[in-house]
Amino acid sequence: MTRETWINVAALAVLLGVPLWALMADEPFIITLATRAAIFALAGVGLNLALGTGGLVSLGHAAFFGIGGYAMGILASHAQAYTPIMEVPFLIEGTKSMPVIWLVAMVTSALAALAIGALSLRTSGVYFIMITLAFGQMIYYFAISWPAYGGEDGLSIYVRNEFPGLNTLVPMQFFGLCFAILCLALLLMNAIHKSAFGLALSAARQNETRVLSVGMKPYHLRLVAFVISGAVTGLAGALFADLNRFVSPTMLSWQMSGEIIIFIIIGGVGRLFGPVIGAIIFILLEHTLGGLSEFWHVYLGALLLGIVLFAKGGVIGALAGREKAHD
Amino acid sequence: MKLRSAALAAAMALVGATAQADVKVGMITTLSGGGAGLGIDVRDGFMLAVQQAGRDDLEVVIEDDQRKPDIAVQLADKMIQSEKVDVLTGIIWSNLAMAVVPAATAQGKFYLSPNAGPSPLAGKGCHPNYFNVAWQNDNLHEAAGAYANDTGLKNSFILAPNYPAGKDALTGYKRFFEGALSGELYTKLGQTDYAAEIAQIRASGADSVYFFLPGGMGISFLKQYAASGVDLPLVGPAFSFDQGILQAVGDAAMGVKNTSQWNKDIDNATNAAFVDSFQAEYGRLPSLYASQGFDTANLLISAMGKADIADADAFRAALKAADFDSVRGEFAFGDNHHPVQDIYVREVIKEGDVYTNKIIATGLSNHSDAYAGDCKM
Amino acid sequence: MTTLLFIEQMLNGLQFGVMLFLMSAGLTLVFGVMGLINLAHGSLYMIGAFAAAAVAAATGSFVLALMASLAAAALAGALIELTIIRRLYDRDHLDQVLATFALILIFSEGTRWLFGSFPLFLDVPPLLAGPVTLPGGIEYPAYRLSIIVIGLLVAVGMFGLINRTRVGIRIRAGEADREMIAALGVDIAKLYTFVFALGAALAGFAGALVGAIQSVQVGMGEPVLILAFVVIVIGGIGSIKGAFVGALLVGFTDTMGRVLLPQVFGLFLEPSAAVSVGSALASMLIYILMAGVLVFRPRGLYGVA
Repeated sequence: MTRETWINVAALAVLLGVPLWALMADEPFIITLATRAAIFALAGVGLNLALGTGGLVSLGHAAFFGIGGYAMGILASHAQAYTPIMEVPFLIEGTKSMPVIWLVAMVTSALAALAIGALSLRTSGVYFIMITLAFGQMIYYFAISWPAYGGEDGLSIYVRNEFPGLNTLVPMQFFGLCFAILCLALLLMNAIHKSAFGLALSAARQNETRVLSVGMKPYHLRLVAFVISGAVTGLAGALFADLNRFVSPTMLSWQMSGEIIIFIIIGGVGRLFGPVIGAIIFILLEHTLGGLSEFWHVYLGALLLGIVLFAKGGVIGALAGREKAHD
Repeated sequence: MKLRSAALAAAMALVGATAQADVKVGMITTLSGGGAGLGIDVRDGFMLAVQQAGRDDLEVVIEDDQRKPDIAVQLADKMIQSEKVDVLTGIIWSNLAMAVVPAATAQGKFYLSPNAGPSPLAGKGCHPNYFNVAWQNDNLHEAAGAYANDTGLKNSFILAPNYPAGKDALTGYKRFFEGALSGELYTKLGQTDYAAEIAQIRASGADSVYFFLPGGMGISFLKQYAASGVDLPLVGPAFSFDQGILQAVGDAAMGVKNTSQWNKDIDNATNAAFVDSFQAEYGRLPSLYASQGFDTANLLISAMGKADIADADAFRAALKAADFDSVRGEFAFGDNHHPVQDIYVREVIKEGDVYTNKIIATGLSNHSDAYAGDCKM
Repeated sequence: MTTLLFIEQMLNGLQFGVMLFLMSAGLTLVFGVMGLINLAHGSLYMIGAFAAAAVAAATGSFVLALMASLAAAALAGALIELTIIRRLYDRDHLDQVLATFALILIFSEGTRWLFGSFPLFLDVPPLLAGPVTLPGGIEYPAYRLSIIVIGLLVAVGMFGLINRTRVGIRIRAGEADREMIAALGVDIAKLYTFVFALGAALAGFAGALVGAIQSVQVGMGEPVLILAFVVIVIGGIGSIKGAFVGALLVGFTDTMGRVLLPQVFGLFLEPSAAVSVGSALASMLIYILMAGVLVFRPRGLYGVA
C-alpha cells in the first residue's frame, strides 16, 4: 500500500471510530458532528469529480446541494401536511421515504447540472467560475423570493424521514446510513477514475488537443462529469437537509459553494479522499475555533491562507508527497 | 463582567434561595458576521439580568450561530444532546427560529424567544413550551398602520424586501391601515441602492411612506431618501431606528416616526434601573434588543422562583403567569404564549450628540396578534 | 410612466453603472495584467469606506475623508500584494479564489474587531446634500449627480493612463507578454505592486463615495464584489472598455428591471402576484443577462479569445 492509501484508510477509520467512541461515551452530539462531516465529504466527493479530475472550478455547486435539500424539503413537507404536490395532469404525492427522496434529489440535481453545464461549459477558465456563480445566484434569489416553500424562512420538517429497517432518529443509525453512502460514492469515484471515461476526462484537463485528436469531444466528457458531480452533491444536500430536518436558501448561497471547495482544497485537489479529510478538518476547526473567540473567522482565514500558500496539494499532499497524486 | 449592582443581586438571591434543580440555559445567537450587533445586544441584556439576579442555580451557555440556519440547528442539537440544557433562547432571525424551535419544543425543551416571532409559531404551529417575549413579527407594522389612521394619512406608499418577513410586514401594515395604497414594492434582499424606488415614491402622489428595511438596507434607504428632497412623512418599525444603528443614519433619521414596544423613556422603576445599569455595565445606551434580552432573562428568573424546572407543567404555568417586572411596564402572555402589550410610536430626536427616540403616542393598546385564533393548545 | 420619471430612472441606472465601474476597473486591471482573481477586492472597498468614516468623524472634512479612503485602500492593497498576493500569480485560479476568500474572512472580522459590530456614520458633505433641479424640471440628488461626474472623470483618467502614459504602455505590455517586458528591463514586481495598489485605491474610493449614501458596515463589500464580477465577465476580463460598457449595462438592466418588470407583469397578473413575480425576476435579471452574454460570447463582449 502507498502512503496515500494508508492515509485514506486512517481517515475512514477516524470518521467511523469517533462516533463509535461517542456512542460508548454517550456523547450523541459528537455523532451528529461526524454525520455532518460525512455529508460534507460526500458533497465534496461530488464536486471533486468536476473540479479535481475534470479541472472544472465550479463556484455554483451550492445550487445542486440546495436543489437536493429542497427535493427532500418539498417531498417531506407535502407528506407531513398530507397534501399532494400536484394533481394535474397526474397525481404526485409527497413522501417520507429516504430512498425515494434520494432518487428524486439526484435526478433533479442531475437535470439542473445538465442545463447549467450545457451552457457553462461553452466557456472556460475564469469565465466558467463566474458563470457557474451566476447560475447559483439566480437559483438563490429565486428560492428567497419564492413564497410557496417558505422563501428565506425555509422549510422545517418535524420528523426525520424514514429508511426501511432503521430508526433514523437514532443519531448512530443515521450516521451509519450517511457513512455507507459516502463509502459507496468513494467506490463509484474510484471506478470512474480507473475507467476509460475517467482517464479521458483527466486527459482532457491536461491536454485538450490530444483528446480531440483521438476523436473524443472534451465538451461531452466534461458535461457527463458535471452531471454526475451535480447528482452526488445533490444527494449530499438531501442528506444534509435530513440531518438538520430543515432546508433554506442558505444551502444555495455562494458561501456554501466556497465551503465545498474548501473541503477539497484542505484535503487535496484531485485526491480521492481529499474531501473526506478536508471535511473532517473543517468540522474540527469550526467546532474548536468557534469556542475560542468571537473573531474566530480571522484564525480560519489565516489557516486557509497558510494551507494555500505553503501546503499546496492539501493535507494529503503534505503527508503523502506530491508525486503520488493520481491524475 | 463586573458586578455593579451587588446589593440588588444579593436581595434577589435571597428571594430565590429554595432548594431546587439547577436550570441550564442554552443561548444561540448571532455574535459574528453581519448581524452581530443584534445578538450582542440580546446577550448583554440577558446576562445583565442574570448577573443582577446573582443566582448560583442558573447556568447560561452561549454559542454563536453566525446567522446560518444549519449552524443554529447543530448548536441546538449540541445543547440538547451534550449540554443537556433545559431552556433554549437567543435566536434573532425568523428563519433560524423556524429551523430550531419546532424540533426543540418537540423534544420537551422550553424555548423563550427574545426577538423573532414568525407567524407559524404564533398560529397553527404554536407549542406549549414556546414563549415569545418580544413580539409577533407583524405587531410593530400593525401599530404603524393604526397610527397612520390616527394621524389622518390617506394614501401610503409601502415597501419591504422580497422575503417572508418583508411580506408579513406589509401585510401587517395593510391589516390596520384604512387608507389607499399608491404603491407597493418589494425590493431585493440586501439591496443597497434605492434611487429607483425613491423616484417611484416621488411620482406616486402618496402622502406618506411606510418601509420595513432592517439593518444596512434601512440605513441606505434613509440616507438616500433624505438626499432626494422627497419630504413625505416616513414611518417604519423600530428596527431601522434602533440605538445601535441610529448613529450611523445621523440627521437623515431626525423626526422619523417609528413603532416599538419599548423605549428608554418608558416611565417605570424597572426600566430606569435597566437603562442606568446597562449603561454603567457596557458603556452604551441599551437598544430594543437589549431590553428584550433583559426581559427574557427576568421572565425565566421569575419562573424559577415559583416552580421547579423538573416539573415541566408547573414551570410552564409559572412562565405563562409572566410574574416579573418588565421594562415595558405591563406585560402578559396571550393564549398562544405571545405578548399582549402596548405598542408605542416614537420619534427620532437628538440628545446632545446622541441620536435616540422619544415616545410620542400609543399605536395599539393591549395588542395581541392576528394568528392567536389559529393556535390550538 | 411619464417621460420625466423615465429619464430620472435612466439617470439612476447611469449612476449605479458608474459606481460599478469604479469597483470593476481595478478588478479587471488586476486580472488583465497579473492574471489574478481577487475576491478580496470587496474588502478593499470596505476598507476605503471605514477609513473615510473614521477620518470624517475625526476631522469633519469630506475631502480629507475621500483622500483617506484612497490612501488606506492603496496602502492595504500594496501591503497584501507584497506579502501574499504576489505568491499567487503563478498559481491556478482555484488557489487564488481560495487565498483571497481567506483574506475576506480576515479583513471582515479584523474590521469588526477594530470598529465594532455596529455600522459607522458617514454623511454626504453639506454642499451636496439635497436635490438640484435639472433642465426639464427633474429633481435629482446633487450627490448622485456628483458621483456620475466623478465616475466619468475617473473613466477618462483610466483610459488616458492606459493609452497615453509610459506606465500605461508597460501595463499593456504586461498584459500581452509578461516575460518580454521583464526581459526589456522593466521592474515587473514594482509594476505589479503599483497596478494592484491602483486597483485597490479605486475600490476604496468607490467605497467611500458610496458609503456616504449607504451603510458603512462589515460585509458591505461582498454584494458589490459579486456585481463587479458580473460586470467584468460581461465586459470581457482584462478590458477597461469592457468594464465600462459592462458596468453601464448592468446598471441600466438592474435599475430598469426593478422598475419595469413589476409593471409588465401587472398587465396580465393581479397586482400582488405581479409585484411578487416581477421583483423575483428583477433580482435574477443581471445573472440572466450575464449567462446570456456568455452563452453567445464565451469571452465576454470585449474579451480577447
